[in-house]
Amino acid sequence: MNAAGQNVLLEKLSQDSDLMLLNMGPQHPSTHGVLNFVVQTDGEVMKKAVPQIGYLHRGIEKIAEQVQYPQFMPYTDRVDYLAAMFANEGYALAVEKLLGLEVPPRAKYLRAISCELNRIASHLIGAGSMAMDIGATTPFTHGLRERESINDLLEALCGARLTYNYHRIGGVAFDLPDGWADRLRKFLDHFEPFVDEFDRLISDNKIYIERLAGVCTITAEEAVAWGLAGPSLRGSGVDFDVRRDLPYGAYPELKFEVVTGKGWVGQVGDAYDRYFVRVQEMRESVKILRQCLDKLPAGEFQAKVPKRVKPEAGEALARVESARGEMAWYVVSDGTDKPYRVHARTGSFMAMGIIEPKSEGLMIADLVALIGSLDIVAPEVDR
Amino acid sequence: MESFVNETLVRGLMHENPATYEYTWLVQVVWMVTLAFLAGTFGAVISGIYTWTERRMAGRIQSRIGPNRVGPAGFLQWIVDAVKLLLKEDLTPKDADPILFKIAPYFVFLGFVMTFVALPFSASFVAADLNVGIFYILAITALVVVGVLMSGWASNSKWALFGGIRSAAQVVSYEIPAGLSLLVPVMMAGTLSTQGLIQFQGGPQDGAWWQVGGWFWNWTAFANPMAFVAFFIFFIASLAEGNRTPFDLPEAESELVAGFFTEYSGMRFAVFTLVEFGNIWVMSALAVILFLGGWEIPGVSHAQIAASPWYGYSLISGGIFVLKTLLMSLVVMWIRWTLPRIRVDQMMNICWKYLVPISMVLVVLTAANELLMAWASPLVLSLLHIVFFAMAGLLPAVLFFKQTFKNIRLMGDRVDLSNW
Repeated sequence: MNAAGQNVLLEKLSQDSDLMLLNMGPQHPSTHGVLNFVVQTDGEVMKKAVPQIGYLHRGIEKIAEQVQYPQFMPYTDRVDYLAAMFANEGYALAVEKLLGLEVPPRAKYLRAISCELNRIASHLIGAGSMAMDIGATTPFTHGLRERESINDLLEALCGARLTYNYHRIGGVAFDLPDGWADRLRKFLDHFEPFVDEFDRLISDNKIYIERLAGVCTITAEEAVAWGLAGPSLRGSGVDFDVRRDLPYGAYPELKFEVVTGKGWVGQVGDAYDRYFVRVQEMRESVKILRQCLDKLPAGEFQAKVPKRVKPEAGEALARVESARGEMAWYVVSDGTDKPYRVHARTGSFMAMGIIEPKSEGLMIADLVALIGSLDIVAPEVDR
Repeated sequence: MESFVNETLVRGLMHENPATYEYTWLVQVVWMVTLAFLAGTFGAVISGIYTWTERRMAGRIQSRIGPNRVGPAGFLQWIVDAVKLLLKEDLTPKDADPILFKIAPYFVFLGFVMTFVALPFSASFVAADLNVGIFYILAITALVVVGVLMSGWASNSKWALFGGIRSAAQVVSYEIPAGLSLLVPVMMAGTLSTQGLIQFQGGPQDGAWWQVGGWFWNWTAFANPMAFVAFFIFFIASLAEGNRTPFDLPEAESELVAGFFTEYSGMRFAVFTLVEFGNIWVMSALAVILFLGGWEIPGVSHAQIAASPWYGYSLISGGIFVLKTLLMSLVVMWIRWTLPRIRVDQMMNICWKYLVPISMVLVVLTAANELLMAWASPLVLSLLHIVFFAMAGLLPAVLFFKQTFKNIRLMGDRVDLSNW
């Protein structure tokens, strides 16, 4: 860290010499990647936890200015490696807006299918690692087991298990393989009871509830003020979902419920609500997937896109509901075949902001719960 | 034990009269040291085997495989791990306190291995049947916390310090409910000796075959309601003393990296791990000794055991004890892979607000009960015993199996027992 950065950090920390200064991260089991929290504690009780970001900065937005529009698609995978489909779709939507392209209906549905599958995979990791942070390791491995089946499906669909690079400007890369829809149906029949099993294993666990009920409560006003997004925002009881309120792709034709935190075991907006919203969203995603399979229209899966994508000068903003909340892609074109500027607004980055004000008076074990309940993925913070 | 040394060793092997032979005491000491060495070696080996058991079991629970490369079903994995750790560099951090850092594992190891002096394995195999056996075990296990605190402080790492302080607070707190609940069987049996506590659970020695010996209904845990509750308090408290989930706060991985042994590597790390796993045996064995009938064989009286040769009832009694302890250890492991971890303040709440007052009341009630027993007629007592056994033993068993079958039904076709 340079001198200026150190000064900023010092200003934030209390000068009370009775407090212990603790570096949580960048190598720490529960920071979900490479994050660093400078923690001031008085014994087990924290005075303040200041997040330090930038350890995973790869300059993805700057890379976009060096490559042509379609060439940037694989890089979007790396924004959020647990939910790569959403970054794919967000970027594709933004460029399509610049080009004025209409995506064929089949492509819209294929996008919805791939995204919802990815959402389930991501929430399995989110809920599982939340449980692991609280000390229960088994739900995580059970979640990973189910995620492997999803990875198999997505591998059959697009050839990759993690960085999919499936969406294209104007559609998707491949149509469904033979028999894939039946495989997905079979998986969904298997997965729906699994969510109940997951609940019996961990969500209804007395110790788990005791650890999370009423802990790190974020009110609706705070959540909006700090710009939280997605499940973290809905966990605070704010009824907002980009898929429903600013619909894109196939979502206007699909029926699903937006799950909001209801204070299931404690207050509205506590860590348990944020966790349980994710579990419920897995159920909703299953519903969406079934509808998509039933309604899947025939036809093209790729619009006619010019060989050389060269939008007119202008700007476009596309918003998608990622697994970690609203993801916005802002693309500015100067009329050449390379973007003038690309910016991604991600849910994890916004969630990092609220950790510092919320950390005061928490215990160290609760800080872990707070980070876990916000479902922060480090590469998405820094990009 | 004394008779074995006198009769078999001195008279049989050395052809001397034990009453007049001047080195009888030496033979006894050598025999004791040999037994203690055997028991200590057993402690080291069983903790190695436990690491394999736990990893295999965790694999089953977490729908993965676990170690399966070295030896049949990966059984030799623990030897490989131990050899690897022994060959690794013994690293001391630059700013650590070198002396304290290096001796801390010995304290921990000593506190663990010395419990085997008084832990019995069968009717005849115990290194030393101390008349204060249980008290001695409680006292000697406190050495572990000295070592843990030492390692936490000497590592000069904040995470290790957190782990050490958490461990000290936890172990010191939970020793109180453990000690109090342990008083319940001690008061009932009227002895502190481990063998005496087990022999108390042998039923009436002159009774019929279904009255004598280690039947369920003779176990202390099912003798009266106080002992039944005390068993659970003792079990919870010993989980906490052994730093097992849900009380694994001193080494909470997601919070404190590895807790008090964060900075350790190689052999010293292996010692901490050895003690952690070996403690499973100690806590399970204590629960079996105090509450679950120890080595008592159903339907066999003490006189019959004493009369039989070492390979007879004595060996069977050892088998029963080891089997019970292993089953108990499986429960400890099963808990670890099922439950999340509680928070520090909740850990303190459970101890001081619930376990200590309840066990206090149990001690008083047990004292009153002992007085009552002297008054009431034997018929009333046996009736009470039967009623209570039905409530405490059978009812929980029925509920347990009901829930298990319900869970299996809810799992539907996802239950896979074929892979055992």
